Amino acid sequence: MNTKKKAGAGLGQLLIPLVALGILIVFNLFRDLGFFAISMRVNNSGNIVLTGNLISIIDSASELAIIAMGMTLVTAACGGQDISVGAVGAIAGAVFVKILQGMGAITVGSVLLGLLLCCLATILFKLFNGTLVAVFRIQPMIATLILYSCGRSIAYWINGDATPQLNSPIISSIGMTIPGIPIPTPIFAVLLVGLLMFLVFKFTSLSLYTQSVGINAGAARLNGINPTLIKLLSFALLGVCVSVASVIGVCRLGQLNHKTLLVDIEMDAILAVAIGGNNLGGGRFKLSGSILGAYIIQMLTTTLYAMNVAPVNVKAYKAIVIIIIVVAGSPVVKSKLTEFWNRTRSVRQTKELSKRGVS
Amino acid sequence: MPDKKQKVRSLQREPLTDAQMLMFISIGIFVVMYLAAMLTLKGGFLKPQMIFDLLNDNAALIIIACSLTVVMIGGGINISVGGIIGLTVMSCALFLNGCMIESSFVSILLTFLLALGIGLAFGVAEGFLVSYLEIQPFIVTLAGMFLARGLTTILSVNPVKVTHKAFLELVKVKLKISWLGYTAQNGNLIPAKIEIGAIVAILVVILMALMLRYVKLGRNIYAVGGNRQSALMLGINVKRTIFWSYVISGLLAGLAGFVFLMHKPAGNASVALRGEMDAIASSIIGGTLLTGGVGNVIGTFFGTMILATIQKIIALSPLNASWWQEMANGAMLGFFIVLQSVVLSARSKSRIKQNSRKQNAPPVEEGPPQTQ
Repeated sequence: MNTKKKAGAGLGQLLIPLVALGILIVFNLFRDLGFFAISMRVNNSGNIVLTGNLISIIDSASELAIIAMGMTLVTAACGGQDISVGAVGAIAGAVFVKILQGMGAITVGSVLLGLLLCCLATILFKLFNGTLVAVFRIQPMIATLILYSCGRSIAYWINGDATPQLNSPIISSIGMTIPGIPIPTPIFAVLLVGLLMFLVFKFTSLSLYTQSVGINAGAARLNGINPTLIKLLSFALLGVCVSVASVIGVCRLGQLNHKTLLVDIEMDAILAVAIGGNNLGGGRFKLSGSILGAYIIQMLTTTLYAMNVAPVNVKAYKAIVIIIIVVAGSPVVKSKLTEFWNRTRSVRQTKELSKRGVS
Repeated sequence: MPDKKQKVRSLQREPLTDAQMLMFISIGIFVVMYLAAMLTLKGGFLKPQMIFDLLNDNAALIIIACSLTVVMIGGGINISVGGIIGLTVMSCALFLNGCMIESSFVSILLTFLLALGIGLAFGVAEGFLVSYLEIQPFIVTLAGMFLARGLTTILSVNPVKVTHKAFLELVKVKLKISWLGYTAQNGNLIPAKIEIGAIVAILVVILMALMLRYVKLGRNIYAVGGNRQSALMLGINVKRTIFWSYVISGLLAGLAGFVFLMHKPAGNASVALRGEMDAIASSIIGGTLLTGGVGNVIGTFFGTMILATIQKIIALSPLNASWWQEMANGAMLGFFIVLQSVVLSARSKSRIKQNSRKQNAPPVEEGPPQTQ
């Protein structure tokens, strides 16, 4: 009984996103069975790849899922959101391309070096945000508003107005598929980042520390946790996530456009965190919820595209679905529903009891 | 009774509150910046028309910045205001073009009511979701922004120019003040021109300042933003207060949309894009804290003027490039944010010191300065 209750409580947070995903799947089943078709196809570069709506959903949600993981950590530790991830992502992309251009030939080594340096750059920018939040105690949204408004200008400053092209089998195998493996590479990147985070949380107390800092930073400090360090760490981890997502974004297109790279992803990432049932005020968090949220958002977008909704109009329909999801997950509606559920159950129980008494 | 009066007076004479302090800093910086621009760039900055131009061009921004200040004082946030402006401008432009009513006055009045209605609808819906269903304001207004932007493009993807003659006449109406004007090279006197939108914006600032200071709802918004629990214990209807703050915010955003249309009579999918972020930045520069309970509409007005002045300075200086502008905005914002944080923490520290000094040595009023 006790364990059952505990399992139920763990699932509680994921209940709403799971139900939302289920409804989306059922809706698509009724709408068009062909939506789920997966087929093998030979792509432009002669590789055999899996294609289909499902694959494209999982593939194109990769950047969002990776950033949503980092965003969850920042939200949990600081009780606020980072709205500069898109702009910092553009900076990361600019740094990555600049290094690859500086190295001349694109080899595995130069790509790895580029990724490393671009991680370093984003971590530096995120630590700037983190310092404002953790040391100067500025609300995260305000602190990140600075880079939100000037991040893309910094990217422009690094790389000029051009949209440099990167043509190399290595780039396309990062952004699309590795020859011989039919599954898009970004999916593996999500798995890798997710696995690393899972291992970190499994074998260290970072998760517990982050939650306690998010719930009450003062109490956490009195218990020997350094809230400043934890907050800075969460921003640094978000920086790593952003740079990985940005490299995937650059490689996917094979070119860099500082105006459109990861544009508006901050809003989607915050939405993913909220849909995943995490409290935007900090504290308890679940990475799986945020990842689920990211895939729900992408599935919704792809479904709308499949229904021939123009890309510019998608936002309106998305807003309606988001409102339905957050209303269903709101504490007031939840408590009303549980009250209703308890009442009907108690009515049923009394009926059963009275029946038993009669018989 | 006289005792009570005295008490009120002594309350008014208390040292500057944090909000006033931050407001005076931003006013000071605006004045310094404007004087510096006058001395170095000369040209347009020496004419009073420049200030009116700043007002004319940024009337809608001033109004949405006020709308955000009200919500932020209540401890919330509203990032849908830019979207509401876009939607209002687009739908009003379409309505005016398709309007078949003979009387031009009635059609313009209906357009005005349409603008307010759209804002009101968004405000009521967002207010209900935030206050009564307790959903995080960021997410609710983010959904509101998506909805407004999406509806704008559903209405029309292409830009829509207003062709309604009477409205275009109204757009041209400007208040002319001859004694603030200047003589052009050919000897003609060019009077200073103020658009109706700028006057509306200033009226909004004054009304909101009075509302926040003297109306019960305004005081309640401060109380709720400062500390929700104690506001609840004081018997304030917290949910209703928050609801009304969003309604006011939405209404002002609708009004801002109409003002925007009067400045540039054309609807476009990218109208007021990122306007909400500019409005938030203006509020913060003006001394509003996102945590709630601290803020001032007058400060917000000067915050907007600071951003507008930076824009003008960069446009007139040889650094004319959009990325310089964004960098300058970012740097300015960063400077103000850090300044606020430092000022507030220093003040709270000194207050604690004062309090402890008072408690430790109450009989000695003016003792020798204590060494630290």
